[in-house]
Amino acid sequence: MKNILEINSLTKFYKNSVKALENINLNIKEGEIFALLGPNGAGKSTLINSICGIVNFNTGTIKINNMDIVKNYRTTRKITGIVPQELNLESFETVWNNVNYSRGLFGKKPDYNYIEKLLKQLSLWDKKDNKIKELSGGMKRRVLIAKALSHQPKLLFLDEPTASVDVELRKDMWDVVKQLNEDGVTIILTTHYIEEAEELSDRVAVINDGKIILVDEKDKLIKKLGEKTIKIELFEPIKKINGNLSKYNFTLDQTNKIISHTYNLNSNTTDITELLNDVKKDGYEIKDINTEQSSLEEIFIKLIKENNNELVRN
Amino acid sequence: MNWYGIKAIYIHEMERFRRTLFQSLASPIITTSLYFVVFGSAIGSRITEIDGINYGSYIVPGMIMLTILTQSISNASFAFYFPRFTNTIYEILAAPLSSFEIVLGFVGAAASKSLIIGCVIILTANFFVDVRIDHPLLMMFFLILTSITFALFGFIIGMYAEGFEGLQIIPILIITPLVFLGGSFYSINMLPEFWQKISLLNPVLYLISGFRYSFYEVSDVSLFTSTLTILTILIGCIIFITYTFSKGYRIKD
Repeated sequence: MKNILEINSLTKFYKNSVKALENINLNIKEGEIFALLGPNGAGKSTLINSICGIVNFNTGTIKINNMDIVKNYRTTRKITGIVPQELNLESFETVWNNVNYSRGLFGKKPDYNYIEKLLKQLSLWDKKDNKIKELSGGMKRRVLIAKALSHQPKLLFLDEPTASVDVELRKDMWDVVKQLNEDGVTIILTTHYIEEAEELSDRVAVINDGKIILVDEKDKLIKKLGEKTIKIELFEPIKKINGNLSKYNFTLDQTNKIISHTYNLNSNTTDITELLNDVKKDGYEIKDINTEQSSLEEIFIKLIKENNNELVRN
Repeated sequence: MNWYGIKAIYIHEMERFRRTLFQSLASPIITTSLYFVVFGSAIGSRITEIDGINYGSYIVPGMIMLTILTQSISNASFAFYFPRFTNTIYEILAAPLSSFEIVLGFVGAAASKSLIIGCVIILTANFFVDVRIDHPLLMMFFLILTSITFALFGFIIGMYAEGFEGLQIIPILIITPLVFLGGSFYSINMLPEFWQKISLLNPVLYLISGFRYSFYEVSDVSLFTSTLTILTILIGCIIFITYTFSKGYRIKD
């Protein structure tokens, strides 16, 4: 699949010479959902804002559909939409005016049928004549999405799309994002919620201190860096660890009935067969076996910790 | 050109004007009426004529200029500062709009509002005094050019302001005194020679003088100098805005 976005050697310094982005190289494939993960101040929003033309960058190139975003800003911006992190809306305007205004800004002829369809799709149609100040936080977030989609972009940036929305609404938003992607929109989202990246994204990048420290397919990343834990539940509690089981570095729960053994999927040996055999050899009957895989969140925390340690060492 | 984009900004701003139509029009009408009561009736009873023109009629162009200048500045500065304040500016910056198009939308709307208010003041003035316009085209030329120029000036204030107080400082501390000292309510020929020379350093004097000429064919300075002054301020504002935008100053840092 062709790249819809190509970023090469992108660097951005703020006015006070604070480095915001350093040598960013990133390609986004058409049609994918890409998640950009990173702690606060890592540079996620700055990267998105640089791509969308909201902030200037110092060096490097950004291409959308193989066109330079500075030289061909009219063409590239026409196919790009952004949903900001904050609920930045004009409180005294109606939903209808707000969304139509956005379409106009992006150089599109008014299309009231499309806006009606869009508002219905986002469950905003019955609120179209309401002023923004009369809407709940979740509804405002939807208005921001409607505004970003008003000009039918091919590439959509969602900067923390579900920040400060309740769980139910978050799931609704995920459905909206999935639907948009099915309709052919390439989506790049930044998020604090690893669960969100895990649920939605095809690929993930981790950004820390203005640098991208990892880009990979989500599933591969989980597989590559993930640890698994096998939980063996016994009928009888282990009284004393001796015999064959003493060679393992496992933990026991409070009842002494559940053995938790962690192993890495990438290592050549996982000891699982041997462990199960030794449990049996030591005379314990197995009641149940359960495995748990490390989440993207655990991987993310591990990566950031490693990266921060490396930064301190350097 | 992104005409739809320019139109979107223009209509969006005019819509704000429509929403606050009463406040937008009531304030200049009441102020103008008060000026007529204070200057026209109270002072006008002592100064009957200036350059052969009835005092009440003589101050009309100055009053219109005062309103046009302050309204153009406040409309444009607020219009551009407000999206900066609410952070809705992101959408304008992310849109396929050139800096020229953005300025055209905002300044066009601010200048239009000022023109509407200017026309309302002329109508209001007619209730108090006889207003004669000897050169209507010249009058429109000055009215439009002044509205655009000072809307551009207001746009600059909107780009640089750090807070709502910042929007008020230049209009209150600089523009209003310059208008009052620029012959709005008198001819500089009435001043001692020293103050006449000082007054010639005030650019607003040239605008008011040129504008007054279009009404009554009387002026403190030549029409050419007046036209040159307004064009110089206009070009200065355009260059300043173009430079600031090209650097992304205060907006795209």
